[in-house]
Amino acid sequence: MSETRSEQSEQPPLVIDVRGLNKHFGSKHVVKDFSLQVEAGEIYGFLGPNGSGKTTSIRMLCGLLTPDSGEGTCLGYDVIRETAAIKREVGYMTQRFSLWEDLTIRENLEFIARMYGMRDRKPAVNAALEQLGLSARRDQLAGALSGGWKQRLALAACMLHRPQLLLLDEPTAGVDPKARREFWEEIHVLAGRGIAVLVSTHYMDEAERCHRLAYIFEGRLLATGTAADLIARQALVTWVATGRDLQSLEQRLAGLPGVQQVTPFGNSLHITGRDAAALEGTIASLQTEGRWRFAPSEPTLEDVFIDLMGQTPTVTQ
Amino acid sequence: MRQRFSWSRWSGIVVKEFVQLRRDRLTFAMIVGIPLIQLLLFGFAINSDPKHLPTAVLSQDHSPIARSFIAGLQNSQYFHVTQRLQSEAQAAELLLRGDVQFVVTVPPNFERDLIRGTPPTLLVEADATDPSATGNALATLPQIASIALSRELQGTGYALAPEPLAIDLRVHRLYNPEGVTAFNIVPGLLGVILTMTMVLMTGLAMTRERERGTFENLLATPALPIEVMTGKIMPYILIGLIQVTLILLAARFVFAVPMVGSLLLLYAAVLLFIAANLTLGMTFSSIARNQLQAMQMTFFFFLPSILLSGFMFPFRGMPQWAQLIGTVLPLTHFLVLVRGILLKGSGPAQLWPAVWPIVAFMLVVLAIGVKTYRRTLD
Repeated sequence: MSETRSEQSEQPPLVIDVRGLNKHFGSKHVVKDFSLQVEAGEIYGFLGPNGSGKTTSIRMLCGLLTPDSGEGTCLGYDVIRETAAIKREVGYMTQRFSLWEDLTIRENLEFIARMYGMRDRKPAVNAALEQLGLSARRDQLAGALSGGWKQRLALAACMLHRPQLLLLDEPTAGVDPKARREFWEEIHVLAGRGIAVLVSTHYMDEAERCHRLAYIFEGRLLATGTAADLIARQALVTWVATGRDLQSLEQRLAGLPGVQQVTPFGNSLHITGRDAAALEGTIASLQTEGRWRFAPSEPTLEDVFIDLMGQTPTVTQ
Repeated sequence: MRQRFSWSRWSGIVVKEFVQLRRDRLTFAMIVGIPLIQLLLFGFAINSDPKHLPTAVLSQDHSPIARSFIAGLQNSQYFHVTQRLQSEAQAAELLLRGDVQFVVTVPPNFERDLIRGTPPTLLVEADATDPSATGNALATLPQIASIALSRELQGTGYALAPEPLAIDLRVHRLYNPEGVTAFNIVPGLLGVILTMTMVLMTGLAMTRERERGTFENLLATPALPIEVMTGKIMPYILIGLIQVTLILLAARFVFAVPMVGSLLLLYAAVLLFIAANLTLGMTFSSIARNQLQAMQMTFFFFLPSILLSGFMFPFRGMPQWAQLIGTVLPLTHFLVLVRGILLKGSGPAQLWPAVWPIVAFMLVVLAIGVKTYRRTLD
């Protein structure tokens, strides 16, 4: 404990610092012993398959759900007792577009500003509209916006009260690549101002743009760290196969020694395993047939996550 | 750390509800349309005292007394003689087909038997499939018969002239002497329309937020549940008052319903009733998962409200257990209130027995609502 404290004094303050959070829905244990530390100015990627507990964890952090057990703080407020204060100072963007489609863009922003009890509502809303580039369309109904614009509006809405922590739940789902890129540029600008961002995503390219990552599976946090850390820690070996009739190769590979994952990628096949020697042996024997070309490669984040998913949860860290 | 109720947030929610309501043209049209259409439809259409019912006469005696009796039927306005028949088979056929409501059979030698002192049988067959359609008409028969007899036999010296009753029986029909159905139906419709629109609209208002996912956003803001609930209810209180005013105006100027009591008292009763229904709507919406379920719950509540409250059928006519169910429903008591104030001019003292059950209903429902509202958060 004393070690971490001395570290903290040099590093930026922890915006999220929770330990051992649990949440049950009925008999279902949705989040198990969730612990997370996020620093100011950090973009923290939150990954995991659907239904793994990402949304529930985020909702516990922003005061929407009360954890069954556990402790910790969010922006310095207790996550169990001071949810009202957390709600006031966190910006939370829901997975689904959750602004009012039958209100105009301006009405939505004004309403949100009012809910947060802002005093300088008018200038704040106007500034947000200006920044969004939506000043001209301010009186359009929010429901008439395209997916990318809706998402930008939602971000503007949850930034309106100038929170120091942003919780974004799959903000870029269903948004085109250009809008996604712009969105991430904006996130980095905000992080540069010292705002902490916890963002859940399914996209590996987005995961790589985060400072640190957490991977959750079946309610349990399996791994945390930088992308490079995660890849290094998992110590996977990956080979890339190219050639014709990759489909029959895929079928042949299943169950061979050392082969843990076979993933088709367009014109190539990624073969991943932990046991480097066994995998090399398998590859060597296939190579003698001369039908396919094999080359060693670096494992990607995706390989790591699929590998993590395949493990029993007890093998963490 | 507890948060204080914020009027600024609360009014923000109210404004938002109004803006959304204004954009929702159909709902808005329904708010004004439903009461007016229902009022005109039911106010004019429902008649619990049907008159001019088609009647067939099979007269086998053409004496003055028989003629006088049939004329008496016509004059009562309940019977409208449409056919004169020749045979009993014809009569049975007409009743079976439902072409006539009544068949009156005057036997042969009706007058002769009467004068001889052997009381003849006068047969009235009624299609009583719908008891309420025939009830009032049948009730007038003895009187019609006795008038016909006394008119024809008066001064003839026949001992058969019916003797006057030994007592002087007087009936005063108070509060609605002419028995105008609209006087009963129109005030009742006030309660029925409020029940339907208030429960339904609030039920939909909350579940709509949940269905569209906007509820989560609302919950993520510092807005308190009490601010959200009351803020969302507010516009509907106003709508309820608009509906009441529309109905009262129509009651006064279209149906000429008497308004004996205090209007202020009436509006106070209306506010209480609106509050009870809104509470129920909010509770429904915290239980229902989507708008369809909220709608279904509303109708599950609405039907007994109409049928067992005394709006459609006399409350005292129901068996004990049904009255018990009816006693729970706020509409039952509101009908007592609104009819009492409008037609009888009742004051607060007389109305109190109908007030507290509504309050009790509201408190119980509110307790359930608050409990389930909390649960849906976690």
